[in-house]
Amino acid sequence: MPKHQIDPNKWISLYSDYLFNFTISRVNDRDLAKDLVQDTFFAGLKSMKNFKGEATERTWLVSILKRKIIDYYRKINSNKGKAEVRMTYNSDSESEGDWLEERVADPFDKTAEDKLENEELGDAIYNCLGKLPKKQAEVFRMKTIEGLDTETICNELNITASNLWVIIHRARTAMASCMKKNWF
Amino acid sequence: MSKKNSIKTACEKANHVCDKAQYKEASLVEKIKLNLHLLYCRACRKYTSNNQKLTKIVKDSKVECLNCNEKEALETTLTGAIKEHQN
Repeated sequence: MPKHQIDPNKWISLYSDYLFNFTISRVNDRDLAKDLVQDTFFAGLKSMKNFKGEATERTWLVSILKRKIIDYYRKINSNKGKAEVRMTYNSDSESEGDWLEERVADPFDKTAEDKLENEELGDAIYNCLGKLPKKQAEVFRMKTIEGLDTETICNELNITASNLWVIIHRARTAMASCMKKNWF
Repeated sequence: MSKKNSIKTACEKANHVCDKAQYKEASLVEKIKLNLHLLYCRACRKYTSNNQKLTKIVKDSKVECLNCNEKEALETTLTGAIKEHQN
């Protein structure tokens, strides 16, 4: 008897946000990330029989997604010439000048480490969000991450404003304590 | 009894304003009242500082998510595929 069951009908509500955030921090393009997530769901559907139930559904989907991302980078690099690293400083040699200084890394730029930390932070946020009750997670996501107004959310979910604030309050309390445990 | 109740409602109000302030929806008067309350209420100070921290990290992390329309579109294509798969 496998430990974990698979149910594709729930994939979108459970994992799409996590997977999307995972992808976008690695490919940096909204539309592309959307396509990759969709491909992942399709591929998962096709190979559902191979799901042994040893890992959780999410881990399994993430491992498919990783392959998809790698495939994408392989594909764009397979066209010869695109993969070449160009070493000439300025092809239209108009601007002469302090080119050595210009090529030094910008200290105010984001370093790789910052970026890595951001990726992990995003993952941690979605992990915590996944632990909240569904309604709270939904409201928190719409309000905080998508940045919708109160009115829009109220209309969409059919709740009153005071109801929304109560949900937000509970969600924020839970999120804060969860992030405190896992991040700070 | 009534005093206890009034303290409780004061803190509830303060927390509510604090939540609103995280989304820049609190008015100036509300914010002033909140800060006055925070001067003497330790529990609410703690809640406020945690709340601000949470807002900051969510903002810093630049997390993104699919909006409702995109999700619905994804859902319809996936349910179609599931049906096809079952047949």
